[in-house]
This record gives sequence, C-alpha cells and structure tokens, in this order.
Amino acid sequence: MTLPPSVALASASRQFGTPPALRDISLTVPQGEIVGLIGRSGAGKSTLIRVLNGLDKPQSGRVVIAGQDITDLTETQLQPIRRRIGMIFQHFNLLSAKTVAENVALPLKIAGVPAPERAARVAELLDLVGLADKAGAYPSALSGGQKQRVGIARALAPRPVLLLSDEATSALDPETTGAILDLLQKVNRDLGLTILMITHEIEVVRQIATRVVVLDQGAVVEEGPVARLLASPRHAVTRALVRGLSPTLPADLAARVSPQGDQALVRIDLAGPSARLPILARIAEITGTPPRLLHGGLNDVQGQPYGRLFLALGTADPDRIARVLHDLSPMSVDLEVLGHVPSDV
Amino acid sequence: MSQAMFDLMLKGLWETLVMTFVSGGLSFLLGLPLAVVLVITDRGGICEALVLNRTLGGVVNALRSIPFIILLVAVIPLTRLIVGSAIGIAAAIVPLTIAATPYFARIAEVSLREVPKGLIDAARAMGASRPAIIREVLIPEALPGVVAGFTVTLITLIGASAMAGAVGAGGLGDIAIRYGYQRFETGVMLAVVAVLILLVWAIQGAGDALTRRIDRR
Ligand SMILES: Nc1ncnc2c1ncn2[C@@H]1O[C@H](COP(=O)(O)OP(=O)(O)OP(=O)(O)O)[C@@H](O)[C@H]1O
Ligand SMILES: [Mg+2]
Repeated sequence: MTLPPSVALASASRQFGTPPALRDISLTVPQGEIVGLIGRSGAGKSTLIRVLNGLDKPQSGRVVIAGQDITDLTETQLQPIRRRIGMIFQHFNLLSAKTVAENVALPLKIAGVPAPERAARVAELLDLVGLADKAGAYPSALSGGQKQRVGIARALAPRPVLLLSDEATSALDPETTGAILDLLQKVNRDLGLTILMITHEIEVVRQIATRVVVLDQGAVVEEGPVARLLASPRHAVTRALVRGLSPTLPADLAARVSPQGDQALVRIDLAGPSARLPILARIAEITGTPPRLLHGGLNDVQGQPYGRLFLALGTADPDRIARVLHDLSPMSVDLEVLGHVPSDV
Repeated sequence: MSQAMFDLMLKGLWETLVMTFVSGGLSFLLGLPLAVVLVITDRGGICEALVLNRTLGGVVNALRSIPFIILLVAVIPLTRLIVGSAIGIAAAIVPLTIAATPYFARIAEVSLREVPKGLIDAARAMGASRPAIIREVLIPEALPGVVAGFTVTLITLIGASAMAGAVGAGGLGDIAIRYGYQRFETGVMLAVVAVLILLVWAIQGAGDALTRRIDRR
C-alpha cells in the first residue's frame, strides 16, 4: 500500500511584491518522513509552510495535503484539515491572556475534546516538554525557550498527522534542543507523524531529517537525502549552510599553509561506508611515512559516518601526491591539496 | 447644607449613577459586538465584507458627529417608542446609549485591531471557527484595552448625563445647573462638583485596577 504524500506542492507561487516570495515551487513530503527545509533569511521558508495549511494562498499552483487538493478551499472547509496539522510558529504566537496550560489546551478545545480529557493531555504534553511546573504561568513570564516549548506542546496536543515547524529549536540550548528533537523523532516513529521542519541549524537537520529541501530566493535550489546533501552539497547556499557542520582549518594552521614546503596538506571529505576503509594505512603505503592528522572530525548522519580530515602527508613529492589523490578518490567524496606545511606543524 | 439639600443631592447622585451605568452597560453590550464587526469585516479581517464595513463605519461616524444636546432632542420620538415617555431617567438613557455606543465601539475597535495577526493565525492554524477566533483570541487579547476604553466611556457618560436634565432626568448635573447656576447657590455647585470629582476618580481608579489585573501582556 502506498500512501499519498503528506504534502505536495505543484508549481506554487506567492508574491507580496518583487521579487516573489515563492516561485514555481514543487515539493513532496512523503508520509511519515522528517524533511528539513533550509535556506537563508528571507528565502521564503515561512511563506512556504503558511501555504501548506492555507494560512496563505498561492497565486498559482496547487497545494495537496494527504491526497486532498486544498488550494481553493474556503476557511470553513479548511478547518477540519487544519485540525490534523500542527504548526509551530517562528515567533511562538502564544495567547497572552491564557496560561501555558490554556494555550496548550486550546487546539483541543477547538476540536471539541471534553475538558477532563483535555486536562490529561495537557499535563502529559507539558511533562514531555519539561514545563509541568509552568502550567499556570502566563507567556509573558516565560523565557524565549520556554515559550518555544509551549508552542511545540500546543502543536502536538491534538495528535496531528502532519507537523509544520518553523524554527522549533532556535531559542533552545543544545541540551533542550536534543531533548525536543528526540521527542519529535519518537512521535514520528511511534505515530508516523510527518514533519516538515524549517531550521537554520544544519545540526538539527543532521540529527533528525531524512530529506532536505534547500530554498533560495523563493525557489527550491537543491533537494535530496540528508546524507547526500551534507556529503556533497551542490548549490552555494547548501555549501554555506553545510560548512558549519564540517570542521574547518584552524586559523593558526591555515596561516602556515604555503605553496611550497616539506609536506603536502590535503583535505579529505568522507561519507558513508567508505569512510571506514583503512585510508591512513593506504596513504602510508604510497608515501612511505604515516600521514599526520592535523585536524578534522566525523559525524553521524542517519547512522552513516560523515566528516572531514586534514592530513599532512609525509612528502612533498608531486608524483606521490598524485598517486595518493588517485588511489583515494574512490574512497572519498572529495579531496584536495590545500598547499604545503612545514614538518613541525 | 440643609437636610433637604443633602437628600436632593443623594437623589441626584443616584440618578446620575443609574443613567451612567445603565446606558454604559447597554453601550458595552451593543458597542463591543459593533466593534468586533467593524474589525472582522475590514480588509484582511476574518470575515471580510467591505460594503457592510464601510456602511457601519459611516453610521458610526455620523452618530458620533451629532452634538449630544441635539441628539437628546432629535431622538425624542424614538425614546417615546421605546420607553413610552420622553421625560425622566429612562427617557435619558435612550439618547445616552445612542451616543455612547458608537463612541465606545470606536475605542474598543482600536484595541481589537491591535491584537497581533500572528495570534489570529495561530487560531486559524488550529482549525478554529470564526466565532471561536473571536471568543478565544480577539476579545480576550483585546480585553485590557477594551476595559480601559469602557472606563473612559463611563466618565464621558457622567458628563453627558448632566445635560440630561434637559429631558427632566435629574441627576447631579441638573442640580448644579438649577441650584448652583440659576440660583447662585455657589455652595451647592461646589458640593456637586466635589461629588462628581470623587465619582470620576472612583470609576477611573476601579477601571485602572481592573485593567491592570487582566493585562497579562
Ligand atoms: N505578509 C507579507 N507581506 C509582504 N511581504 C512578505 C510577507 N511575508 C513575507 N514577505 C516577504 O517574502 C519574503 C520571504 O519571507 P519569509 O518570511 O517566507 O522568509 P523566511 O525564509 O522565513 O526568512 P527567515 O529565515 O528570516 O524567517 C521576504 O522577502 C519577505 O519580506
Ligand atoms: Mg521565517
């Protein structure tokens, strides 16, 4: 059985002025997946997810949610559909006149859930996001990260089948971010919640997304599985965003790189199973000396190793370096000679 | 001050309070829905209906531009129809309500417009119906401003009710005019003014306290 994609956009455009906020966007989010939506500020990310639950209408193109075309539905017709879509707002949008508990309970009240059931669900959610002690507080008395967690609890309260999340973790510390991402992943796994997640933290994408969509100036410029995108970003925007995840040469080391020197300095990008091959031993065989690891790091993406190493080869001999590059290219995603360094760095 | 004068002033205070609070209450009940309609039917509102919006806005503006003393006389036929008489407290409440409703509606409208659009979007995103948006978001979020505006309306009504003496409604203002102004009883006039000052002070104080209590922003 194949389910219709949870979200599908067909050449949707939305224009407020010039340039358009969304131009000719086509996108699908398969049922049960976690898709990361990344892009620079002003790229159109928030506009895109507002189109998906009809808060904003595209001027052209179609919006299809779980197989149902919602493009031309009226506000009233959209209501039952929206009750199954959770939305986390970039600016939280908590009701100032309601307590934390009342905010989280509101979507349930709107959906007609009886009060006792509502209270139980609210308590459960506040517990999950670590705010059980703030149930009676008003949003104005909360920190940014606490408000954000109320927003997350509120979005999850009615057990949505689709979650549209606009920077759900931007105001959270790394530890709380980790806890929230675990929570979202758990709901995704246990209840099959589909998540479209806007974020500027590539780390968030790495941790929970299966696919990534990169938006720039209102258009999708790159799209694919997370591992592929992180390992070999094609578009400049993706590269700029992914750069934050890969180690870069520390400034003091970079300052000592010159065109000539005792040892060649190479950058090796690794991704997937080949990262586990005996790369260092292979280099040592070719150059006659073990390479020195100057800098680098490995990360986990969807259970696969992924990372970057900076190695000083024991030689500056062009022939041997060429052989190293040749022999290693099947094992590595990308490798490059950055220059030479003295043997004492 | 003689006992008779004291009794007269007590009666006047009672009449002023009745006129102010009954017409104030009525203008709240009529003005708040009117304000809500003015906001939700405007461009970009949750029930956009521009013709209705402009029409209602026009009526409100027209009512607000009529000087109260003229309105008082002009609505006499309507007053007679509603309360069966054109004189007395009940008769004064009709023009007071007609004047205060559009006044309060405009003040409440300002507060309702200040409710951030993002909060309405949040309710829309939850699948809230329009009545639910009004009930759960629009009114609760605007309430501090609405209460502050209602306080202003009540105080304006105290002033307007003084003119209601013209239709035989009595009240403190009427006493000040008849005894203080026309009979040169300065003491009575000063006493009335002192009572009015206390009344305004009490209403403003209570309104401010209530506004502060419900304002969680
Ligand atoms: N209601 C609006 N009226 C006018 N212009 C708008 C409106 N909403 C968005 N825009 C414009 O559309 C473009 C995309 O905005 P959007 O909020 O979708 O960006 P974003 O990718 O979410 O950015 P950020 O990362 O800063 O949140 C921007 O140029 C913005 O100025
Ligand atoms: Mg945004």
